[in-house]
Amino acid sequence: MTGTIETIKLCKNFGGLVVADAIDFRMEQGARHALIGPNGAGKTTFVNLVTGVVPPTSGGIVLGGEDITTLSQSQRVKRGLVRTFQINALFRRLSVLENVTLAIAEREGIAGNFIRPAGRHRAVIEEAYQLLEQLGLAEEALKSVTDLAYGRQRMTEIAVALGLKPKILLLDEPAAGVPTGDVHTIIEVIERLPSDIAVLLIEHDMDLVFRVARHITVLVRGRVLIEGPPDRIARDPKVREVYLGDRGRL
Amino acid sequence: MMISPDHPSADPKPMLDSFARRHRLDPREALPWLVAIAAYFAFPDYLALQAQILATIVFALSVDLLLGYAGIVTLGHAAFFGVGAYTAGLLAANGWGEPLSGLLAGALAAGVVGFVAGAIILRTSGLTLLMQTLVVAAMLYELANKAGRITGGADGLQGMQVWPVFGTFRFDMFGKTAFLYCLAVLLICWLVVRTVVHSAFGRSLTGIRENVLRMHAIGAPVDRRKVLVYTLSAALAGVAGALIAQTTQFVGLGTLSLERSGTILIMLIIGGVGQLYGSFIGVPLYMIAQDRFASVDPVYWYFWIGLFMVVLVLFARGGVLGVVRRLRQPDGPQK
Repeated sequence: MTGTIETIKLCKNFGGLVVADAIDFRMEQGARHALIGPNGAGKTTFVNLVTGVVPPTSGGIVLGGEDITTLSQSQRVKRGLVRTFQINALFRRLSVLENVTLAIAEREGIAGNFIRPAGRHRAVIEEAYQLLEQLGLAEEALKSVTDLAYGRQRMTEIAVALGLKPKILLLDEPAAGVPTGDVHTIIEVIERLPSDIAVLLIEHDMDLVFRVARHITVLVRGRVLIEGPPDRIARDPKVREVYLGDRGRL
Repeated sequence: MMISPDHPSADPKPMLDSFARRHRLDPREALPWLVAIAAYFAFPDYLALQAQILATIVFALSVDLLLGYAGIVTLGHAAFFGVGAYTAGLLAANGWGEPLSGLLAGALAAGVVGFVAGAIILRTSGLTLLMQTLVVAAMLYELANKAGRITGGADGLQGMQVWPVFGTFRFDMFGKTAFLYCLAVLLICWLVVRTVVHSAFGRSLTGIRENVLRMHAIGAPVDRRKVLVYTLSAALAGVAGALIAQTTQFVGLGTLSLERSGTILIMLIIGGVGQLYGSFIGVPLYMIAQDRFASVDPVYWYFWIGLFMVVLVLFARGGVLGVVRRLRQPDGPQK
């Protein structure tokens, strides 16, 4: 099945520091999965390993039955494996519409064309605008990213990822830095994602996690501590112990 | 997954139309060409300088494509300018003076060198890349210096015989042919650069400039695109070098020098980087100023250029075009 991703004994050491320790992870098509854990648990490293930003020390990654461990980042994107960034990684001085248009042009494989004017690819622009409409960003389509409020930039971050029509979407702390009053719009967007996309949510905000996720993996010091449905995770004494220090309200 | 919009939005079509039409020609884009033609008639005694300016604009355009659009820094673009100049020069000094094929040969040679150099040095970025571009130019400079029997070394390449353009238009002593030849070549090069920057490829270059991390994450083959634009830019620089060689009938080591790599950056920065027309403003400003300062104050003219640069950096970030843009629309998004 194309939308299934799996990691097998995935390891990553930085010198003597083990940041991923034999992580076995599996996510089916259409999953709503959350990856949680205290600071420094290796959550973002896991995203970087899966998307190909850093190579693993050992272990493998399988996407839809295909071993993608050695594929480049862009080859993985072409197979539908898409991420967003914890700290906005946008084309800041370009307009919101241009940001999404760039992503769609890459997906459509027209971005290598250096003769035909970009504006003649009208379908790409229309699609980008529709996506912005769906995310409530249409009013700001022509504003440059730097002129947007932070929460709107987070939405743009998701819009760029969605422009790639992901099969698997890794959302790295989508609500990080978003004012509490605006978190609901992000939740709404995630809840309305097409149901065949597998979503992995890396998040600190437990309200968001328990509202969206149907399955949770807890990562501690590079290891999978436990995984299971939210209610079991919430009741688990080991998880409570890990979180009691900085977050008692699980 | 429709999120209800804040309020029913107006028809987006006009906005999308204008977004999609950014590549259309604006009447104002005729301005540089009108100025050039006016200058041809107004200053017939300065046609040689004007031809040099036109050829140098081609060089500045090649740097703008690289630096302004793809965000690739370079302090060694004279490498490709020099390769183009020596290629055209050596052809003309060794019995093949046909100018158009000389230009093409210059472009091809510079493009090949650019491709090879780019494939190696573009793995790095920032200061490291800056040093690498310097090294490439320095190596070619020394190569041309050492191969004195072929290049003439420090004395420069002597004895170029450039044939008439199309077999008809002789390079005359007033520089009329040189001027019109350079203008025509500039027009073609400008069309090439303009087409590229407005294409989907060109837009993806601005993406690389703005956030290379995200370009990787949206699946762009970033390294391939960078080598491609580097090659194209090198070829254009080669055309510029060949133009100067053919119109002055001389090639010296100066074509490969660090000074040339540096001054072309200064000219581009004066005009404005990444806006396509910075070259058309910065190059004439610099070269005319240089010509005037040098005739008024032959010893210290560099001081005045330096002073001008300091003022520009302090008060006019983004060059002349940057100032114009800020006056017109205080905080619009970049194109």
